[in-house]
Amino acid sequence: MTYIPISPKERDAMLSTIGVKSLDDLFDAIPAKHRFPKLDLPKALTEMEAYQELSDIAQANENVRGDLISFLGAGMYNHYIPSVIDHMLRRGEFYTAYTPYQPEISQGTLQAIFEYQSLMTALTGMDVSNASHYDGATATAEAVNLAYAQFRGKRKKVVVSPTLHPQYRAVIRTYTQGMELEVAGDDGNADLDTSPNELMNFVDDNTSLVVVQYPDFFGRIYDYTKLIEAVHAKGALVCVVANPTALAMYKTPGDMSADIVVGDGQPLGIPMWYGGPSFGFFTTRKNFVHKMAGRLVGETVDNRGQRSYVLTLTAREQHIKRERATSNICTNQGLLALASAIYLSVLGKTGLQQVANLCYQKAHYAAQELSKIEGMGLCFTEPFFHEFALCVNRPVEEVNAHLLEHGILGGYDLGQDYPALKNHMLIAVTEMNSKEDIDALVEVLSEVSHD
Amino acid sequence: MNTPANLKYTKSDEWYDPATGAMGITDYAQSQLSDIVFVELLVDEGDTVEAGKPIASVESVKASAEIYASASGKVSAVNKGLSDKPETLNSDPFGEAWMIKVEGGSTGDVMDSAAYEKYCEERAH
Repeated sequence: MTYIPISPKERDAMLSTIGVKSLDDLFDAIPAKHRFPKLDLPKALTEMEAYQELSDIAQANENVRGDLISFLGAGMYNHYIPSVIDHMLRRGEFYTAYTPYQPEISQGTLQAIFEYQSLMTALTGMDVSNASHYDGATATAEAVNLAYAQFRGKRKKVVVSPTLHPQYRAVIRTYTQGMELEVAGDDGNADLDTSPNELMNFVDDNTSLVVVQYPDFFGRIYDYTKLIEAVHAKGALVCVVANPTALAMYKTPGDMSADIVVGDGQPLGIPMWYGGPSFGFFTTRKNFVHKMAGRLVGETVDNRGQRSYVLTLTAREQHIKRERATSNICTNQGLLALASAIYLSVLGKTGLQQVANLCYQKAHYAAQELSKIEGMGLCFTEPFFHEFALCVNRPVEEVNAHLLEHGILGGYDLGQDYPALKNHMLIAVTEMNSKEDIDALVEVLSEVSHD
Repeated sequence: MNTPANLKYTKSDEWYDPATGAMGITDYAQSQLSDIVFVELLVDEGDTVEAGKPIASVESVKASAEIYASASGKVSAVNKGLSDKPETLNSDPFGEAWMIKVEGGSTGDVMDSAAYEKYCEERAH
């Protein structure tokens, strides 16, 4: 970066423009006692001492790789991450690469994004994928933007399933502030037990998009084909927010004729960290590509006829289209999208299916055993993937505190978002939970039920 | 550069045919945009357009532009096939790539072909 010095002449010019004589005069508004307060900092540490102190602090953390057995999901899932991912990500070429505007020096990054896009379209059953968004929630909000732009702002209603992740619904509302959009379908009293087809009650000629989740927030699996058909008959679009692991096992949203498929990529080789960062995937149909936000990499041939990669259809992006663009997003979550591309290529189609199947089998074993506990029971009867709502008949906070004493990170407290589901927790089971882990959960919860 | 004498022209490089009510972009406009890859018409049959207001959005390999109505009036026809063949905006901007037709069109601030040619030449310098 260029170092831009400031000469005394330039400084005087700036001071005289704003009408003060000296730099001291400029800071006159700040009371003298606040200008250089005594900070009372401890003595400086050596590197070795600082390292020791920070390590001690870090030791106080409990993580899911050794310290705790986790049954917490609700959008982030504890999956095994092959070590090759970290080794690949830390290559300098990937780790520091910036937005690849110049194809002549960015073929590696561009090809990696192209591979990522190809994997995402295969997983979702869609035509095109962008180069990723920041997370699943913002990707979902970008789907709203796409639909809004597709109908040129003439359809001002978005119907959102009440079983879409509560935080995603909040992000949609934040994102669309000032667009005069009506968000319908998810008021606090919505019946969580009805078929998704009931959402049609909200869909009218003013509706641009219907958003559903797959599996839904409670882990339930629905075939949305009929709903999508009915929404299309009203001229509106459908966005399916999907868990990528589940897509290895179930019918793809593409097969259900979804128009947009988005989701959080965290399950594909990204640690849970402290709830982020992650990345969002975004796939759609070819005919909506001009209204899609974000980066897009395409394959082409160079002037020597060799295969090469470039950013394509950039004229739709904000840096060119300005205020007429669908979205202000001109970037992507490159490194973490790359992590997922490595994850998917290392596991392969069969490997991902095995992961999904392990999650499914273990979750169903857990559900079966937990529902035997007196006073507890599954909240819903629909088929589910790797997550389910369990009624624990007492405050979830209490139950989780008890579980934590036994080294178990309990489920998500559903009462926070759904008043009707007070005393219910959402339990996620992945391939990382052994039978012993699940049996331990059942045992501790049995104790709780007898307290 | 082609500037048919029977047409009227706007400063924002659209043409208007008083005989048919058709409008579109000029040869100069398409050459400045280079290869056009996408076009979206923003108005439907039956809408009322006003001279100077957007009727279409065009993307080329290097730019994005809004196209403005060269005359006011009621839209009697839109070129529905255009979005499938955006490249015709480059190859035949005054013919196959017309955008919309209006009934009872009244132009705003327009030039004849000679004035428009001069206007384009001035901008070349």
